[in-house]
Amino acid sequence: MPYQDDIELMAHLMRRAGCGAGRDELEARAAKGYEATVEELLHPETQPAADPYTLLRYQPASLLPGGQPPMGNVNWLYYLVNTQRPLEEKMALFWHHVFATGNSKVDNYDQLLEQIQLFRENGMANYRALLSKVARNPTMIFWLDNQQNHGTAVNENWGRELLELFSLGAGNYTEKDVRECSRAFTGWTFETKIPRAPYGRFPWKFEYRPEDHDDGEKEFLGHKGRFNGEDILDIVVQQPACGKFICRHLFNFFVADEPQVPAWPIESPRDQKAIDTLVGVFRDSKFEMKQVLRVLFNSDFFKNARFQHMKSPAEVVVGTLRFVGGYELPKPGYGELSMNTAYMGQDLLNPPSVEGWHTGKEWINSGSLMARINFMAEKVGDTSSQGVRGIINRLKAKGSLSPDQLVDGCLDLLGPVQVGADTKQQLLSQANEWGQVSWDNGSSEVADEHVGQMLQLIVATREYQFA
Amino acid sequence: MANTDPCVVVLQLTGGNDYVNTVIPYTNPLYRDNRPAVGIPDNNIIHLDGTYGIPDYMAPMKAFWDEGKMAICHGVGWKESPRSHFRAMDIWHTCEPIKVGTEGWLGRVAREFDPKKENVVQVVSMGPSLPRALVCPGVPVACVAGPLERYGFLPQVQGNERTQVLDRFAKMYSPAIGSGPVMDYLSETAIDSLKGEDIIKVAPQKYTSTVEYPNNPIARKLKGIAQAHCADIGSRIFYCDHSTFDTHAGQNPGHSLLWKAVSEGVQAFWADLREHKHADNVVMLLFSEFGRRVHDNGSGTDHGAGGVAFVLGEKVKGGHYGEMPSMEASKLVQGDLDPNMDFRSVYSTILDKWLGLNPAPIVNGTFEKPAFLN
Repeated sequence: MPYQDDIELMAHLMRRAGCGAGRDELEARAAKGYEATVEELLHPETQPAADPYTLLRYQPASLLPGGQPPMGNVNWLYYLVNTQRPLEEKMALFWHHVFATGNSKVDNYDQLLEQIQLFRENGMANYRALLSKVARNPTMIFWLDNQQNHGTAVNENWGRELLELFSLGAGNYTEKDVRECSRAFTGWTFETKIPRAPYGRFPWKFEYRPEDHDDGEKEFLGHKGRFNGEDILDIVVQQPACGKFICRHLFNFFVADEPQVPAWPIESPRDQKAIDTLVGVFRDSKFEMKQVLRVLFNSDFFKNARFQHMKSPAEVVVGTLRFVGGYELPKPGYGELSMNTAYMGQDLLNPPSVEGWHTGKEWINSGSLMARINFMAEKVGDTSSQGVRGIINRLKAKGSLSPDQLVDGCLDLLGPVQVGADTKQQLLSQANEWGQVSWDNGSSEVADEHVGQMLQLIVATREYQFA
Repeated sequence: MANTDPCVVVLQLTGGNDYVNTVIPYTNPLYRDNRPAVGIPDNNIIHLDGTYGIPDYMAPMKAFWDEGKMAICHGVGWKESPRSHFRAMDIWHTCEPIKVGTEGWLGRVAREFDPKKENVVQVVSMGPSLPRALVCPGVPVACVAGPLERYGFLPQVQGNERTQVLDRFAKMYSPAIGSGPVMDYLSETAIDSLKGEDIIKVAPQKYTSTVEYPNNPIARKLKGIAQAHCADIGSRIFYCDHSTFDTHAGQNPGHSLLWKAVSEGVQAFWADLREHKHADNVVMLLFSEFGRRVHDNGSGTDHGAGGVAFVLGEKVKGGHYGEMPSMEASKLVQGDLDPNMDFRSVYSTILDKWLGLNPAPIVNGTFEKPAFLN
């Protein structure tokens, strides 16, 4: 039935370009069409932004630098759960993976949130322009010590990571290039911080100090000149390695799991042709992310890569909360809620290092697997939640359900989710224990409960850990 | 048979415990000068000796001192101590004061003990989160969010149904031929965790005790640790924390509640281990990410540097190790006690003398080893 195919494809798109969608939304989007939905996602400005004043009304501390649980997590979770611009938020998450900056050193969640806002605003625009903004982002400058990168004493931290982690990848530059690159960014710092007393903290501001800049000649990736930072960025984006590196990141994040970044110089991509396609668009469009994403989401390699990507903890938590509903307001308890990604191994705004998180199967260890399954099971087991009520109402409309119908119905409405034959067999055996499920004659409570339990078993499957 | 392998229990005092109100230099006039608002009155100080005392709300700790089973490590921290909670805690966890570390020191210990991860409950963290001190690739950690009885997959499903549902769960995760390495890995991990659940959950069943723990979060965590330890399931590293010691304001009532909970919990914990004859192979470390500013701010104290760590245990040689850094104004660093014992020294003694491991690769260097263990 073609209609079911459309729903499945739309569900795939929304899991990747956002954090999933319920059946009502999928149906509405499928009616609108796949390409039209991609365009809507690529143009977040056509949808209203999440309301920051609602957040501040319920969580007045949500812009504070500290707090326990950290207010930064509360703040971002609110946006992730409530956004009507799923791809904008997903791209902010993507760039947070790439330009991984952490509170373990920055110690100011407000500054980290400002960086996330930078990603929201520029994440789908031009990559070259984004690099320029990131290089001037005080949070990044502090994270990688560029305020200590002086004309007379070079600090290579930013210079190195710009090449290794933010643009080219290891093996595509020499140690001399790192040195010269770092020299070009001397004098890129932030204004002296204003003392906290008596008015509280002030946001950090970028400052260029020409007297601290090394204006001498540099030799960088085969080019010679009295380069400043912007010149370096111009040279960097022209390197063939740059497109390959960024597009492989996109592929890993949106399409299918790649090996971990440090292995990229050694292991070739799982789909070289797909990477080549993306690299071509990246180059020809002069680094326009939106154009690359458009080709990516409309490609066959994307459409065919169903369940080839292990959900990240952020995708698990946000996807679950959006699905069950009821988290539109940042009510009390949001703080604890926001810690759940950390329990599953992804402490947002606080990645383990500048290399960001290892993804794919490395999300899984005994503690994190238990944390993710228990979180999802708790939420979908609540049959009073809006999302689960929606499933129940749709199932109820079919009348009384055989075990087969119950399993298929739940798998369908929770995804559609695809499971292997063995898993299906287990789900079916459980449903067989219950026999026919019906909402007639006062049995609705039991029927509700069985739906909840079936959903709990499904979210606990191996298959459900993939998007 | 009782497990006799040496074990470590870490109790983290999260938030920056105020060193000079924990081990009070009560004869030092500078103490009174600097603590007009939050100084502990003389008649509320329990003297440990002629120099130092503890506040009366830490009274249960005095017994350990009198028995010679409490080592006080003075002035711990490191020279360039940042005043940031997050950064400072990270440094304590990873032993990486310069760069951002990814492996925790206890995670490395666990990998040394069990490189093939044969025991899935070797490391037990009481609390929902995984402290970075325990993180190490390939090292399983049992993170117990609530009471041990509730540990495991799908805790919402209880009663008769549970066995059935978990059986389904195990079958869904049984390795399937040809499903690929990632699916296999998921299977293996889930089955490990299920094994862990089976092991950990029986611990409370075997446990009875005449010791009554006080009703507070840290005591509940310590009770869970005692249950797991006494069940001889091979757990060797236990972690728990209590918070928040970040006493910027209203310090005296706050600090007293915090330490009352901790010290009464610790007292019950050791009484419990002794009752079960499971105390001899345990060493307990209490630490905080930094001490607090020497001069109070009128109601509390701000972030400081040098702090105090305690090591408790039957085999511990009680006493003072190192000395409190000078409170003379000229000796303070930005108003803070200048740390005179590297925190990695404390770890090094525990690693070398207690766990029988070479400390250098674990703490990233060679440090003096205060002799609180033989």
